Amino acid sequence: MIKTSATRDVVTTLVVAALLITIMPQLIGTYTLTVLVVYGMLGLSLGLIWGFGGILCFGQAAYFGLGAYTYAIAAVNFGESTLPMLLAVLVPALFAAILGAMMFYGRLTDVYLGVITLVVTLILFKFINSTAGPQYKIGDARLGGFNGIPGFQTLNVPGRPNDYIWGDAYFYFCAIALVIVYLLVTWLLRSSFGRIAVGIRENETRIALMGYDVAARKTVLFAIGAAIAGLSGALFANWAEIVTPGLFSLGQSAEIIIWCIVGGLGTRFGPVIGAAGLAYLKFLLGQQSMIDNTLIIGLILVFFVLFLPKGILPAVTDIWRVSFGRRKRRGARTRRGRGGRQHG
Amino acid sequence: MDLTFVILVEMLYAVASLILISAGLAVVFGMMKVINLAHGEFMMMGGYATITAVNLGVNIFVAMLIVAPLVVGLIGLVVERLVIRHLYGRLVDTMLATWGLSLFFIGMVTLIFGNTTTGISTPIPGFTVGNYQVNGYNFFIILVSIALLIVMLAVLKATRAGLIARGTMQRSDMAAALGYSPDRIYMATFFCGSAIAGLAGAVLAPLVGLVPTSGGAYIAKAFITVIAGGPSLIAGLISSSTLFGLVSQFFTFAISPVIGEVALLVAAVVLLRLLPQGVTGKFFKGKL
Amino acid sequence: MSLNRRELLGGTAAFTAAMMVPQVTLAADTIKLGSILDASGIFDAYGRPMDMATRLAVSEINAAGGLLGREVEVIAYDTQSDMALYSQFGQQLTRQDQVDVVHGGILSASREAIRQTMRRSQTPYFYNVLYEGGVCDRNIFINGVTPAQQVEALVPYAMGQSGPRVYILAADYNYGQITARWIQKFVADNGGETVGVDFFPLDVSDFGATIASIQTASPDLIMAPLVGGAHLSFFRQWAAAGMKDRIPMASTTLGVGNEHKVLTADEGNGIMVAYNYSQELDTPANIAFKERWAAAYGDSSAIHELAVSNYQGVMTWAEAVRQAGSVEREPLIEAMQSGLSIDGPAGKITVDPQTHHAILDVHLMAFENQGMKVIETLPQRQPIDTQAVCDLQANPDDNTQYEIEI
Repeated sequence: MIKTSATRDVVTTLVVAALLITIMPQLIGTYTLTVLVVYGMLGLSLGLIWGFGGILCFGQAAYFGLGAYTYAIAAVNFGESTLPMLLAVLVPALFAAILGAMMFYGRLTDVYLGVITLVVTLILFKFINSTAGPQYKIGDARLGGFNGIPGFQTLNVPGRPNDYIWGDAYFYFCAIALVIVYLLVTWLLRSSFGRIAVGIRENETRIALMGYDVAARKTVLFAIGAAIAGLSGALFANWAEIVTPGLFSLGQSAEIIIWCIVGGLGTRFGPVIGAAGLAYLKFLLGQQSMIDNTLIIGLILVFFVLFLPKGILPAVTDIWRVSFGRRKRRGARTRRGRGGRQHG
Repeated sequence: MDLTFVILVEMLYAVASLILISAGLAVVFGMMKVINLAHGEFMMMGGYATITAVNLGVNIFVAMLIVAPLVVGLIGLVVERLVIRHLYGRLVDTMLATWGLSLFFIGMVTLIFGNTTTGISTPIPGFTVGNYQVNGYNFFIILVSIALLIVMLAVLKATRAGLIARGTMQRSDMAAALGYSPDRIYMATFFCGSAIAGLAGAVLAPLVGLVPTSGGAYIAKAFITVIAGGPSLIAGLISSSTLFGLVSQFFTFAISPVIGEVALLVAAVVLLRLLPQGVTGKFFKGKL
Repeated sequence: MSLNRRELLGGTAAFTAAMMVPQVTLAADTIKLGSILDASGIFDAYGRPMDMATRLAVSEINAAGGLLGREVEVIAYDTQSDMALYSQFGQQLTRQDQVDVVHGGILSASREAIRQTMRRSQTPYFYNVLYEGGVCDRNIFINGVTPAQQVEALVPYAMGQSGPRVYILAADYNYGQITARWIQKFVADNGGETVGVDFFPLDVSDFGATIASIQTASPDLIMAPLVGGAHLSFFRQWAAAGMKDRIPMASTTLGVGNEHKVLTADEGNGIMVAYNYSQELDTPANIAFKERWAAAYGDSSAIHELAVSNYQGVMTWAEAVRQAGSVEREPLIEAMQSGLSIDGPAGKITVDPQTHHAILDVHLMAFENQGMKVIETLPQRQPIDTQAVCDLQANPDDNTQYEIEI
């Protein structure tokens, strides 16, 4: 049973992904699409640790920024992109493992956890933002403070620094990376580790009483989320061709949380859709100056918390389920069926 | 000697401004266990209310101490009725909704006042200490924050409303059982919290250039101070503000303003790691 | 170019009437001018009037018949004071919109974020902002004032008004860092001494401790290349502490975003600055410009240094297109390098062929009752700082920003 549903899950993912990857470039330019994919991956990283692990991290942007900066600094120094990509995944994961161990073994929960992650993000932001002086260097890379780091080596075919992967090819690269990460997340959640993580989310004490080391498991999950965020950061750096302290900003962290809420917590696809959709909306709003776009984003968030606290994806699934179920029983309950149709 | 005095004033000022920044949030959080992430924007609106009132010819002190708290308190009341009251008991959801509200207010204020820096000058002249000039307005801020703490303490300790409020803080179900509607108490609390935020924003406005996004500078500090303070309202506020104010000013004078800010943040991380329930979770238990 | 504009001086009625016409008379194929500015966010005090200036310049060009018989179309992006959006919209302009020219960028950080994109895509780029100097790139044209044009004049003047001990407060990014080094150089050159340098990230707004430590150092003069809305609080707190009349102050940035109108007269009076433009310039060109601006936008109070730079940048580009007879990159660069000059609201602007910078007038000024009063005009100053390190005619492939070494 589990096996068949797993296969179906993988097949569905691949089919949907293949469809999206073929259709979307016809609708939106691949350049814009690339960043939507990258944000999708970032959304997925928080969706994993918050939606399935119950860890509300106010500083997911810290790992995004760390990934991007690690990549940029390493790329300037090595002049080749393969090792920097690996480092961009490892460094945030390691950082998160240390921070996570500190928090989870200290039994910090909810708000306190939020404060710590937020504070750490702020520290990183303040630090990076004040490194404009020529004395702040790592190898050949000037940290640049507010200016950020422009002009580093972008993604190339491994071992061949002059064969860049860019433009449409880079979009496909990112899209496939997202699919792979998505499948890995699926696999993780289906493993016993993932099921215990969900168990911890539901009732931490019970899982602890069963003899599992809750703190260690949370730390590992936290680090995995950070690794995914770091990868998306590196992909973002390659796309933007510049990294700036803004990647660490509170605003960036806020956006990631909003994506997850709007897309749907406790789902894998929700945060991805939430991220891509809202990022595209922000992009469209940036081209008009009629209405201030923070106002709209703010209204959307309030609206979702009040009326659709579960997010778009669960809401859509519910509606689909309701209409689907109704069709089966249409003969018996016509009246209720009519009532339900308005929802559908 | 003169320098010591100047540094002392600056340190007191840092503590006082942290108290001002955090008080409104502390009231709301302490009473209702609601984290209002639009707190910074409430302060920002307090600043705009003051500037607008002053431009309309109102005396600056009236504008700061009366107009701004009233205006922002009323805005808070509307927000509570429309949004917050649907979310009591859902900590994370309130945080997100108020986050949305903060973005909404930034957008609204931008639409109304534009996104350019505005401000008013300080109404109190600087004065001389030996070879040094000190910003006289610092003393005003120190005074206001002391007055605010005394008023809060007096209201909570000595009035009937304060008694009810304290009761609700400890056991809201018992308060309800005795016939006090938690709904109305929460409404009043949120009004007070917003009004204090408005006051803080108004009083700090002459020192900064005000833009619609100014609130962002306050919220993180307020949030950290309140959480690190722990469950006791006033004792927590004073203890964490003092700690953070001293730490950040020490490093500001010793090294630079940026290091001062970073030191504050590092202190917060260390503190929360050692005392996960905040300062008053361990010390001053049962105090207000 | 100047002829066309003189036709417009006739009056606002003619101007508005002319604006209605071009859509009909011009060819359908438009010239695309990309504009990329912070029209919102904390730098919008700079960006919004710059955006208005771009649009005013383009509507004047179109009203006068467009360029090469074609209408000029503005494709503008608002980067919301977010440096990351610059690279995004920069790519958008060059890849998707395929514009013929890009004008924009405000902070030096934003310029560096898009400069390489423009160079790679061979899109001529005009950066029309006062900056720290030293950019040497054949693809970029800069008409803003550089330190050799501004700081070199401002420092000795301000030191003459005060004394030799100087304290520098600078914004912590490439502009502030490099400008602070220039100030140190010119202070030393003029026999002075730098007694302290502090850098502030752009979001710092509490300067209490700094004001105390400045007093400990007791300098004769404060030089303040501070940037943006948060840093404005320094001038407020400085005045509030009663320091304003004790230690004179000069700034390389205060006023380019009309900060002297945000500060009260008491807070601003006496601060010394040096720029290419002031609303108080009493020249026929400036008076006419203010009238045209007022006709388009209601009143002319929003005009500032950067807006005028931007206006002059667009007009210079337009003149080069006319002379080249093409919007293509190579002919355009050749026309720009031919010693081309225009007469803008702030006087004559000549493109320096060697550095792609501008030769222009600089005015030493002091704030007075929320205006900038001209004290002395230094005509046609050369960007010698950049000329000393950059020769695009000898090394057309140069692509560096030279920084001053101390």
